[in-house]
Amino acid sequence: MDFSILLQIVVVGIAAGGVYGLIALGFVLIYKATSILNLAMGEFMTLGAFVCFTALTSLHLPFYIAFIITLAFAVLLGVIIEPLILRPMIGEPVISVVMVTIGLGVILKGLTYMIWGPVYRAFPPIFPPKPLLLGPIVVPSGLLWGFLFAIATMAVFIMIFKFSRTGVAMRAAAFDQQAALSMGVSVRKVFALSWSFGAIAAVISGVVIGNMSGLNIYMGDIGLAVLSVIILGGLDSIGGAILGGFIVGILQNLTGFYIDPLVGGGAKDIAPYVILLLIIMIRPYGLFGKVTIERV
Amino acid sequence: MRSGDFKENYISDEAIFPSLFARFWVAALLVFLLVFPFIANNHLLYIANMIGFAVIGAVGLNLLTGFTGQISLGHAAFIGVGAYTSAILVTRYGFSFWLSIPLAGMASALAGALIGIPSLRVKGLYLCIATLASQFIFGFIFVHWESMTKGITGIHIPPPAIGALHFDNERKFYWITLFFVLLGVGYARNLIRSKMGRAFMAVRDRDLAAEIMGINLFRYKLSAFAISSFYAGVTGALLVNFLKVVVPEQFSFMVCIEYLAMVIVGGLGSVIGSVFGAVFMTLVPEVLSVLSDIVKEAAPEMASLIVPFKQVVFGFLIVSFLIFEPRGLVEIWNRIKKFFLLWPFSY
Repeated sequence: MDFSILLQIVVVGIAAGGVYGLIALGFVLIYKATSILNLAMGEFMTLGAFVCFTALTSLHLPFYIAFIITLAFAVLLGVIIEPLILRPMIGEPVISVVMVTIGLGVILKGLTYMIWGPVYRAFPPIFPPKPLLLGPIVVPSGLLWGFLFAIATMAVFIMIFKFSRTGVAMRAAAFDQQAALSMGVSVRKVFALSWSFGAIAAVISGVVIGNMSGLNIYMGDIGLAVLSVIILGGLDSIGGAILGGFIVGILQNLTGFYIDPLVGGGAKDIAPYVILLLIIMIRPYGLFGKVTIERV
Repeated sequence: MRSGDFKENYISDEAIFPSLFARFWVAALLVFLLVFPFIANNHLLYIANMIGFAVIGAVGLNLLTGFTGQISLGHAAFIGVGAYTSAILVTRYGFSFWLSIPLAGMASALAGALIGIPSLRVKGLYLCIATLASQFIFGFIFVHWESMTKGITGIHIPPPAIGALHFDNERKFYWITLFFVLLGVGYARNLIRSKMGRAFMAVRDRDLAAEIMGINLFRYKLSAFAISSFYAGVTGALLVNFLKVVVPEQFSFMVCIEYLAMVIVGGLGSVIGSVFGAVFMTLVPEVLSVLSDIVKEAAPEMASLIVPFKQVVFGFLIVSFLIFEPRGLVEIWNRIKKFFLLWPFSY
């Protein structure tokens, strides 16, 4: 066994894991504040990637302006969708809330399809195409920049939560809604804001993934695979999402290399779900999730 | 004068057809269903068959999700297990269609009980994610276990037969579908007023309280998964024998969403609601297809928008029902019933 091949797989896995961590962060931000698992996350990603794509190609804007437009779009998406669709669902059973996000995903996917069509598109090159060489290990440029973007976004989010007034309000509302309300935190605003934050994480990962592997309306399907990351890390743990992203990224790449040839392909795509089932059986609250114990 | 529909003893409360009204409408519906194949054309009969399969699957899912409160995002996987079991038994091992249906149901029930095992440990959101993962794993198996399922090329199935009578068109297959629909709906209707049905509802309302009252959670949760999957297996087996082909795309995640949509639009925890939901959610795309044909005539350049437009309408239906009528079509039906029952003083 060649050690450098193994190292190569692990490094690529870490780079891919950074993007997974970012999508997972989107899930966690929304779940932590509102206890809603947003299964439309993948469609947020796709939509964001297409918005950025249109700003770049049809409007011929430079990347940083297109990127800012995409972020503004994400904020708008969160602020519109949360009060319109999710707020009426407060207090409804889990199945209804899950279904409403699935329905939302179906609508968004249909709209994306209507606007941009089903064809595959290549993203215009925005990053220098030179791959990074770490000794014998090659990190493709798309993965490298995606990783850097993901890490930077995560860092910004963590800073916001640690130091800004809004971030502290969001943490307070996630910790105890009643107490936060009585201290003057507007829980409504926090809910809408967390959806916007989740959408921001989603669209950034959408742009990154679109840049790596092109755009089509099905690119959002990766959003469901990322469920394994948040289950591994714990549904309500930001650190868990980031660490879980790396672990799943590495495991997936290892499966792709070692098991794919045995079963004739496809194992790489299914690996996250197998990991997910195993974790749910063994440790459903994940590595860092809040443990709730219920006994008769 | 009547001021409402009141029950004075338990026997009337437990009756399958609680009122004269219900008995009348059930009889009328039966007559309609028996006459239908003689008056309808092939396309209508095709839709009727599809509705029938949807009814069986939706009633099964409602037993699990609506009555027992266990969320399943993996219903399509169970439908697929039944479909493949029937197809493989019929084509490879020479079983008759009639024997393959219950066997397909049992295979699905086994798969369902297996997938139901996490439900003993986790619930709500986590169970939902676990069943979702199973859905994708089963989808992977359907595609990649090529020696059995023939992968994406699929299996072709000969039409079922009794002696010289071949059920090879929509009209003849209608009778098979009708038989299984009546059996399935009747069984579900009876199940929910039995001990088991009440246990299911107790588990849904508060599982810990149910356990304290002597309901074995292990047994009833797994039974709910098994029964629901049995229904799904029968649906799948009927579906692929009707279409004469089985391919993995018939059991995608979208199918799970469609069945959940039927159950929710129809009304969670109501057998008749699932029937409404299945009919409604199967008819909506058909109506849209008719509309789209008109649009195609008028504006051919809009033709490419029709497929995604159907999706948007479908998603919109789910979301708007959940927000505006969370109890589903059955609640609308009840309101109409009450209006006529209490007329002219319906308040």
